[in-house]
Amino acid sequence: MNAEQSVSPDPSARRLRLSGLLRKEFLQIRRDPSSIAIAFLLPIVLLIIFGYGVSLDAKHERVGLVAENPGPETADFFSGLQRSEYFQPVTFSDQRAAQKALDRRQISAIVRLRSDFSRQALNGQSAPIDVVVDGVDANTARLVSGYLQGVWAGWLQRRVDERAGASTQAVLMQQRIWFNPAVRSRDYLVPGLIAVIMTLTGALLTAMVVAREWDRGTLEALMATPVSVGEVLIGKLVPYYLLGMGGMALSIGMAIFLFEVPLRGSLWVLFVTGSLFLLAALGMGLLISIIAQNQFVAGQVAIITTYLPAFILSGFIFDIDSMPVAVQSFTYLIAARYFVAILQTVFLAGDVWAVIVPNALALALMALVFLLLAARRMPRRLG
Amino acid sequence: MLYAMLGLLKKEFLALLRDKKSRFVLIGPPLIQLLVFGYAATYDLNRVPIAIYNEDSGSASRELIARFTGAKAFREVGRITRQSDIAEFINPKKALLVLHIGREFSRDLSKRKSASIQLIVDGRNSNTALITLNYAQTILADFNRTWAEQQRLAKPPARLEIRAWFNPNLNSQWFIVPGIVGLLTLVVTMLVTALSVAREREQGTFDQLLVTPFTPLEILIGKALPGVLIGLIESSFIVLMAVYWFHVPFVGDVAALYLGIVLFVVSTVGVGLMISSLATTQQQGLLGAFLFIVPSIILSGFATPIANMPEAMQTLTLLIPLRYFLVIVRGVMLEGIPLSLLSDQYWPMAVIGFATLGLAAWMFRRRLY
Repeated sequence: MNAEQSVSPDPSARRLRLSGLLRKEFLQIRRDPSSIAIAFLLPIVLLIIFGYGVSLDAKHERVGLVAENPGPETADFFSGLQRSEYFQPVTFSDQRAAQKALDRRQISAIVRLRSDFSRQALNGQSAPIDVVVDGVDANTARLVSGYLQGVWAGWLQRRVDERAGASTQAVLMQQRIWFNPAVRSRDYLVPGLIAVIMTLTGALLTAMVVAREWDRGTLEALMATPVSVGEVLIGKLVPYYLLGMGGMALSIGMAIFLFEVPLRGSLWVLFVTGSLFLLAALGMGLLISIIAQNQFVAGQVAIITTYLPAFILSGFIFDIDSMPVAVQSFTYLIAARYFVAILQTVFLAGDVWAVIVPNALALALMALVFLLLAARRMPRRLG
Repeated sequence: MLYAMLGLLKKEFLALLRDKKSRFVLIGPPLIQLLVFGYAATYDLNRVPIAIYNEDSGSASRELIARFTGAKAFREVGRITRQSDIAEFINPKKALLVLHIGREFSRDLSKRKSASIQLIVDGRNSNTALITLNYAQTILADFNRTWAEQQRLAKPPARLEIRAWFNPNLNSQWFIVPGIVGLLTLVVTMLVTALSVAREREQGTFDQLLVTPFTPLEILIGKALPGVLIGLIESSFIVLMAVYWFHVPFVGDVAALYLGIVLFVVSTVGVGLMISSLATTQQQGLLGAFLFIVPSIILSGFATPIANMPEAMQTLTLLIPLRYFLVIVRGVMLEGIPLSLLSDQYWPMAVIGFATLGLAAWMFRRRLY
């Protein structure tokens, strides 16, 4: 029997059926509190762990200093390092001791001034400053060597100023970092995290709900009633949308008040785009749930397809433009990608429509595709 | 008894692999993710979009611009003629970096004064911004050196010579791909274990298992062995791919790595089974799995250094098996750290594995509803 043929055209009956479905779904949410935990507890726990745990600001990096022939010149150079907030210098008496510390991960770089440093520097002979960085963590190594270059350039400039000598650097660089002049990595990581966390919540909330009805056989009972596929989907979607938006509001509130990320754009843009994103995430969860047909597989698929892709391919931490083109094409399938771009822009730069509109359209399209696919694949009869 | 044990094991493997979709989930997605993530997860920047705002007409500025636009790291997306255009490029993300050369550039240079350039960078992703400035700094340093040689300027009193150990080209793939070994192994072992007891509880078959003559230890072995075996096979495969496909060096000792892999797999299987035996429904099991996987990956040092975290968070990372495993897999592959120096990484995983497996077995009998 095709359920749709038997749907009565009476709108009041339709409303009655829908409210019954919604009531049932809300009761189920209340009975197994894990849904509420997913919507509210998960964002809180994850945002706190993420917000405090994820930082790319290499500050107070421990560097080993070796001066083979200490004197006023070497002290002058090292003073720049000692003043920098990026470094926490540790002095070693010789290179071998410093290397041992590097091997044991006690320091992440060594700056060594050879015994003839002072003589060469005073004679303008370009004394070599030997720097060794631990390259295992390439990103930190690069940041550390960048900071060291800054210290070196500052030292050169200071000498020019103090001794009224000629500058040896033909071109100097002035840098302006827009939107985040203090370069706080948390300011861009926390907005991005909201997208990652909402991906999890959205999929987790819905991935189990249809699969559970398969496992328990209640879907068959539902098929025997006059409810239509659309009504079942709406009945599943509305409660979890409300829960999800609650979680989203909580996350955004925490970003602003706990992590003090500036919000330069408007809240209503976050609300509209957040709704679109949540619909896409819920739609994906429903689709997983319908295709898997049992909770075990649905849970496995949800783990595999949500967290790691949203973490690695959304541009939240790794720059999408720098990925190989073939890999970039994968990122278009990740809803979080569009939401991360919107969140980072709305939080840090403001309502830049050139970023918001195309990404919001992409989210709307993804939500539509997932929900339509879910409606099509929703079983209407026993196979 | 041994025969009965074999039967139990056979049942556990069947429960896992009988479903075609379930079989696919364990093999297909991890492979695809290895390939995609191996290339995607990198902090190295390529083809950063740069816009040029040149107010100078001299040849020196043209030479400097050519160094920027010719570099592999940058890709020119446009020329700007007005100050106000800078926002037109940066705000909609058309350009990440704007190179601004002022009117006085060539004049200052010809007078042997220091000329300055301005770099405006999009700080929405502050890490990318810093790396971009770092690349720009390198290009500029090269330019300055050549210029000083050509113009016979005084040499700087000292110069930096930076070398990176273990990873001379600072290729971040070498750092990330060994990390992916840990990531995917963690996810796969959790897939196998986190829902397994919860499913049987929900279906009521776990009660039946409990009334058989099997001891909790035997049930535990039956539940743990599939996860351990699948984890070992997948991690071995990913290590092979890391070495032969991604060409990550392997300078250390295979035994040191394998001791780490075995301990890591056993400890994550333990955590998975503990979550599973605590959960009464599969939805709770799934929630528990996420609550373990997500912080594990964040706090393990996979993408962001543990040293950057606040003290309290650093203490929390001690509970995470992946944290120890990443030190082992990176240390063995890139630095060749011998087994004897890794004991500080081995024993915490052994303790976690022992504690979680014990708790799981204990929970089997205590939780009967």
